Amino acid sequence: MRERPIRVLIAKPGLDGHDRGAKIMARALRDAGMEVIYTGLRQTPEQIVETGIQEDVDVIGMSILSGAHTHLFPKVMQLLKDNEAEDILVIGGGIIPDEDIPALKRAGLAAIFTPGALTETVIDFIKEQVQK
Amino acid sequence: MTLANRILTGDRRALARLITIVENQPTEAIPNLQLLYPHTGKALVIGITGPPGSGKSTLVDKLAKKLRQQKKTVGIIAVDPTSPFTGGAILGDRIRMQDLATDPGVYIRSMGTRGSLGGLAKAAHSAIEILDAAGMDYVFVETVGVGQSEVDIVGIADTTMVTLVPGLGDDIQTIKAGVLEIADIFVVNKADRPGADQVKMQLEMMLDLNTKEIKWRPPVLPTVANAGEGIADLLQGIKKHYRYLHDSGELRARRKARYKAEIMAIVEEGLRDRLLTFWAGEGKINTVVEEVIAQEKDPYTAAFELLGPFLAK
Repeated sequence: MRERPIRVLIAKPGLDGHDRGAKIMARALRDAGMEVIYTGLRQTPEQIVETGIQEDVDVIGMSILSGAHTHLFPKVMQLLKDNEAEDILVIGGGIIPDEDIPALKRAGLAAIFTPGALTETVIDFIKEQVQK
Repeated sequence: MTLANRILTGDRRALARLITIVENQPTEAIPNLQLLYPHTGKALVIGITGPPGSGKSTLVDKLAKKLRQQKKTVGIIAVDPTSPFTGGAILGDRIRMQDLATDPGVYIRSMGTRGSLGGLAKAAHSAIEILDAAGMDYVFVETVGVGQSEVDIVGIADTTMVTLVPGLGDDIQTIKAGVLEIADIFVVNKADRPGADQVKMQLEMMLDLNTKEIKWRPPVLPTVANAGEGIADLLQGIKKHYRYLHDSGELRARRKARYKAEIMAIVEEGLRDRLLTFWAGEGKINTVVEEVIAQEKDPYTAAFELLGPFLAK
């Protein structure tokens, strides 16, 4: 077992103001013993990446409900690469059509969780990936 | 290249990584902390504490922005409580500091209180030293509430601000034990709300009751943090306090007390580890505990017997 709590940044990139999913996820991760850094709405990819670096997180989880995921998720991945921080695990969630998922995974996202996904599934996925 | 060297060249990932090590495996951080120590001592460390919702994060955000206008660099350590049940935490202080996230002259780190209070104070102290060595002119340490853990953390600050807000009714009652002693500056935030004047007046009255000869009387400064009102005066207050600390010799005295406590803590920890290793090897501790439970021995006799071999040397 790791002796330290997993640190996760939960971020809402883009302009939609729907943070219920992000908040539920933050709460569920906390209850699973993780340290969740929650930064609120309307984050730019630059803010997300810089925050992830300063907070030395293991995971960045992003939620988008606006449809801007095809632009914003890959932008975050590119900035992580520019900052030599590709080792941070990145997952996405929100309203994301199935046909967009392969391209996002090619961009480097480890997983995409769409409506209906269980919080337990996300927790297990994070634990499994971070233990590696 | 060591983490310390990378930190000194401005590598923020190295800075972040060393703080993680300090939080999790403090002994492993020692070689790097040793390398950084000669570069410390330049930052002004400001503690800020007060009840939840009293605007601490917003105040820090505004103060940091003001300092950035003056070309000063700012480190922020924001502490939020860890759940005692799950060990998890939601660290949300950054919500109020979003614009600072991409400012290269600002570094923000969120910390959970985790298990031990003493551990947090130690980790926070190390984190302050790291930020100091990394060249931050000001380091803010923000903690919630006013309990023992906060008093511990406040012990590492040069200047301690206590925030209050009107409308909590007896909040002065809640905080008065201990707080009059730790506050260098009182901030009455949300001062546009009814009752702010009474809060200020009550604080001033309590300060009047302090009959001891005082060299520094904590000012009571009103702010409306989210509107940016009173921030310039607050920053003036902080700088004035620094001048007082500096000119009166109090800064040196405070830092002396702090380093003394730090050295003693390291010594105690080292001894404790030694003793525990030794006794575990001997398997003696449990036997002694059994004897005490059976009332064959009192705890003092038992403890002195355990210490015997060391005291003799």
